[in-house]
Amino acid sequence: MIDNMEDNLLKTCLHEWHIAHGAQMEPFAGYDMPIRYTSITDEHNAVRTAAGMFDVSHMGEISVSGPDAEKFINHVFSNDVSEMPDGKILYGMLLNPQGGVVDDLLVYKEFSPNRYLLVVNAANIAKDFGWLLSEERGFQVETRNESHKWGQIAIQGPSAVKAVTDILRLDAAASLPFYNYCEMKWNGRRLIVSRTGYTGEDGFELYSSEDDTADMWDTLYEAGVVPCGLGSRDTLRFEAGLPLYGHELAEDITPLEAGLGMFVRMDKPDFIGRSALMAQKAAGLSRRLVGIELDDRAVARAGYQVEADGGAAGIVTTGYHSITLDKSICMALLETPFAVQGTRVGIHIRKKVFPGTVCGKRFYQPRYRKQTSFS
Amino acid sequence: MNRTLAGLHYSESHEWVRTEGNIAIIGITDFAQHALGNLSYVDMPEVDDEVTAGEEFGAVESVKAANDLYSPVTGKVLEINSELEDAPERLNVDPYANWIIKVEMSDPSEIDGLMDEAAYIAFCEKE
Repeated sequence: MIDNMEDNLLKTCLHEWHIAHGAQMEPFAGYDMPIRYTSITDEHNAVRTAAGMFDVSHMGEISVSGPDAEKFINHVFSNDVSEMPDGKILYGMLLNPQGGVVDDLLVYKEFSPNRYLLVVNAANIAKDFGWLLSEERGFQVETRNESHKWGQIAIQGPSAVKAVTDILRLDAAASLPFYNYCEMKWNGRRLIVSRTGYTGEDGFELYSSEDDTADMWDTLYEAGVVPCGLGSRDTLRFEAGLPLYGHELAEDITPLEAGLGMFVRMDKPDFIGRSALMAQKAAGLSRRLVGIELDDRAVARAGYQVEADGGAAGIVTTGYHSITLDKSICMALLETPFAVQGTRVGIHIRKKVFPGTVCGKRFYQPRYRKQTSFS
Repeated sequence: MNRTLAGLHYSESHEWVRTEGNIAIIGITDFAQHALGNLSYVDMPEVDDEVTAGEEFGAVESVKAANDLYSPVTGKVLEINSELEDAPERLNVDPYANWIIKVEMSDPSEIDGLMDEAAYIAFCEKE
C-alpha cells in the first residue's frame, strides 16, 4: 500500500538524494518532498544566521512568448509588466473575475524581446497553465509549460552571497539587484541566477536543468551549505509575513484582503479581476489579513476560529511557535472591525480559548539591505 | 534511536506509564519525541480532571502540528508537570525523566493491557 502511495507522487531530480540523506518525506503539492533532514528548528536557524539550501524543483515554470506577450500578461497578471527591463522580476497574482487569487507568481522578463518566464506554485501548475491557455484567445502568444525541464535550488541566508560566489564561483551574482536575475552557465548549459527568495533573508534562486541542479546541490553540500526542508521554508516565510497559496491566498481571498494591494496595479488598463477589486475597494473591505500574538505558548493552526467581543471574528490562516522570536504567533483573516492593531481576540485551540493581540503580520523584519536597481 | 526503559508500561500511541501503587505517572516515549521533533508547547489537563483510557487528555505541539496525547489509564488527574509549561523542550532532552501528568487510577488492571519494554521495542520496529 505504501508503495502505491509513493508511486502516485511526483519526484524532483533530488529525490534520491533526500532519501539517501535521511530526510523525513511528506507529500506536498503532489510531490514527495523533504520536510526536514535534521530538525526544522536547526534548519530554520541556519537560514537566519548563515545559509541554507532548499530543493524547490517542484515549482512550476511557464514560458510566454510572442508579439502580444506583454499585452497578454498584463491582461492576466495583477502587476504591470509594461516596459519591464530585461532581467527584471515582478511579483503579482493571476486573478479570477471575482478578484480572488488563481495563483501568486513571479514574472521574469527574459533577455530577448517578447519573452517572459512565469514561476508558479507547484500545486497550481496545471490550473495556471489551463487558465492561461483559456485566456489566450485574441492574443498572438505561445504559452508553454516547461516545469519538467527545470530544477531549482533556493540558497537563502546572510551567507548566501558568499555561497554562490565562493562555492559556485558565480561571481556576477553578488552585484545582482534584488528582484533581478542574470543568465549564467553551469557545465556550459543555461543557468538562471535570480536574487529572490521566500525566507525574509537575502538569497538566490537557481534554475537549471535537472542534471545541473543535482550537480550544484552536491557542490554546495560538500562545501557545508545546510540542506533545509519545506518545514523550515514555511516557518521562515511565515515569520517574514509572506503569503502561502492555499492559506493567505485562495480563489476566494482577494489580494486587497491579504494586504497585497501594492502588487495590484489598478492604474493600468483592464485586467482580469480589476473591476471586482475596484468594487471591493469602493465598498470597503469586509475582512483583512492580520498578525496575532498569543499570550500563551499554545499554537494557533490554520483553520482555527478567532473570536472577539464574544462573537466570531475570523479564521487563522497560518500559525507557529516562532523559532526566531520564541513566541506563538499566527496570521488570520479577521472581520474589518477587529483587524486593528491592539485588538484583543481569543483563538479556539482544541477545547480552550487562548487570548492574543492583533499586530502587524511582518513578525520578522528582514535585516539585509535590499540592493535595488536604483541604488 | 529509540531509547526505552525497563519497568515501564507502553501504549500503542507512544505514551509510557510508571506505576506507584494506584498512581500512574504518564509521559511520552523517546520514539514519540523523535517523531515529533522540537516541541514548543504541552497542553495539559487541569488537576482533578477525569481522564479515560484510550481517550485524548492533552496535546504536544511540535513545529509542524499539534499531536494529541492519549491516556493509557482511566482516573483522576492528581498533578500536572508545570515545569513543562515554560520548558516543553525537556520532553526532547529526556522524555523519561520528564513526566506529563499523574493519575489516580480507578481501574489499575488497565495496566495489564499495555506493552512491556520488549513488546514495545518490537511494536516500534513495525511502525
